[in-house]
Amino acid sequence: MSAPALTAARAGLIRCGDCELLSRAPQSGGNLACPRCGATLHQRKPNSIQRTWALLIAAYILYIPANLLPMMVTTSPQGTANDTIMSGVVYLLSSGSWPLALLVFLASITIPLAKLVSLTFLAWSVQRRSTWQPEQRARIYRMVEIVGRWSMLDVYIVTIMAALVQMQPLAAIDAGPAAIAFGAVVVLTLLAANSFDPRLIWDPLGDHDD
Amino acid sequence: MIVGMAPRALLACPDCDLLQREPEPADRTVVTCARCGSVLYRDTPDTVDRTLAFALGASVLFIVANAFPIVGMTIEGRSNTVSLPGALVALWHQDMQLVAGLVGLTTLLAPGLVLAGLLYLVLPLHFGRQPPGVPLILRTLDSIQPWGLMEVFMLGLLVSLVKLEMYAKVVPGVALWAFGALLLVFTAMAAAFDPRSLWARIGTARSGTARSGAGRSGAGR
Ligand SMILES: [Zn+2]
Ligand SMILES: [Zn+2]
Repeated sequence: MSAPALTAARAGLIRCGDCELLSRAPQSGGNLACPRCGATLHQRKPNSIQRTWALLIAAYILYIPANLLPMMVTTSPQGTANDTIMSGVVYLLSSGSWPLALLVFLASITIPLAKLVSLTFLAWSVQRRSTWQPEQRARIYRMVEIVGRWSMLDVYIVTIMAALVQMQPLAAIDAGPAAIAFGAVVVLTLLAANSFDPRLIWDPLGDHDD
Repeated sequence: MIVGMAPRALLACPDCDLLQREPEPADRTVVTCARCGSVLYRDTPDTVDRTLAFALGASVLFIVANAFPIVGMTIEGRSNTVSLPGALVALWHQDMQLVAGLVGLTTLLAPGLVLAGLLYLVLPLHFGRQPPGVPLILRTLDSIQPWGLMEVFMLGLLVSLVKLEMYAKVVPGVALWAFGALLLVFTAMAAAFDPRSLWARIGTARSGTARSGAGRSGAGR
C-alpha cells in the first residue's frame, strides 16, 4: 500500500540550501541558479558520500597521533611531564576531581569516537541504500551535529593553561603536538558531518514498493 | 498534484526532503517535519528589533570580554594574567600557530563576524532601509555560524580554572564574567534572528545576477 512519501525531488522541485526557496528542477539536468538568491541549486549535496568518506578517513588517521602524542607538556624544577589526553584524564581522577575527569573523558574520548563511529555507520548505510530505521538514523545524525562541537573542550583547556602558566623556572605549561592533531580531528569530523546529506537516509524509501 | 509557484504554501524539509504544507500563521511557534522531526522553522516575532537589541548588548560585552584579562594566577609570589587575544599570541609564539588559528576562528573571529554581519543587516532595517548585499551576508552568516564555539570555550575556561586552582592561587578577571554574559546574550540574539523573514523581503524578482548554467531555460539573460 505505502505510496512513496512525496519529497521535493519526486515532485521535480529543488530546495535552495541558502534561502529555502523551492524551484522547479531543470529538465535537462544542468545546474540552475536560485531565482531569489543566486546560489547554485543541488537536489542533494554534490559527492556527499565520497567527501564524507575522505574526511572521515583523514580523521581516523589523525585520531592516532591525537591520542598517542602529548597534549600538554608541564615543566617544573622537578622535571618535565608529558600528558596525553588519556593520562590527563587519569591525572584528574587521581587528584580527586572525578567530575572534571568525567567531563574531559566525555568531551575528549567518548564524543570524538562516537562521532567517528556514527558517521561511518551513516555513510555506510546510505551507500548500500539501507532502508533500516530511518528515524533512528536521522536522530543519530542530529545528535552528531549537536554534541560534536563539545569535543573541542580539551583544545581550549590547553590553550588557557599554556598561555597562563608561563613562569619559568617555577612552572611552565606548553601545548603538545597532540593539540594540533586533536584539533584537526575535531575540524575534520565537523566537516564530515557537514558534507553528509541526511536526505540520502530517506531517499531509498519507496524506491521500490511492493 | 498542485505544485505551481507557491513558495509560501509548500515547504521541503532540509533533512529528509519531505514536501509539506506550511501551517497556518501563529498556529505553532516551532514547526517540525512530519516525517523526521527536524525543526523546519521557529516563529520569531519582531525579529529585526529584538536581534538589534541583543546585538548591541553583545557588542559591548564582546569588546569587554576581549579587552580585559580572563583570569590571573599567582605561584610563589609571581603572577600572570591572560586575555583571549593574549592567549592566542602566546600560543602563536609557542609554535602552535595552527591551534592558535583554530581557537581564534572559533572563539573570536566567527562570533565577531556573526555580530558584525547581523548589525549590518538589522541596524538599517530597523530604520526602514535595506542594506546592499543582503543575500551575500545571509549566506556568509549561515556558513560561519557553525564555527562559533563560544559555549564550549566557556566550559573550557571553567575547567581550566578548577585545574589551576589545584596548584596556584587563581583570580577570575572581568572578562570571565563578560564572557558568561556574552554567551547568554549571543544565544538570545541567534534565537531572535530569523533569516526566513529577510529572504522573504528579497522576493523572487532579481535581475541580471543569474549565474550561467548549462541548460538554463533562458529567462532574462
Ligand atoms: Zn536561494
Ligand atoms: Zn524531515
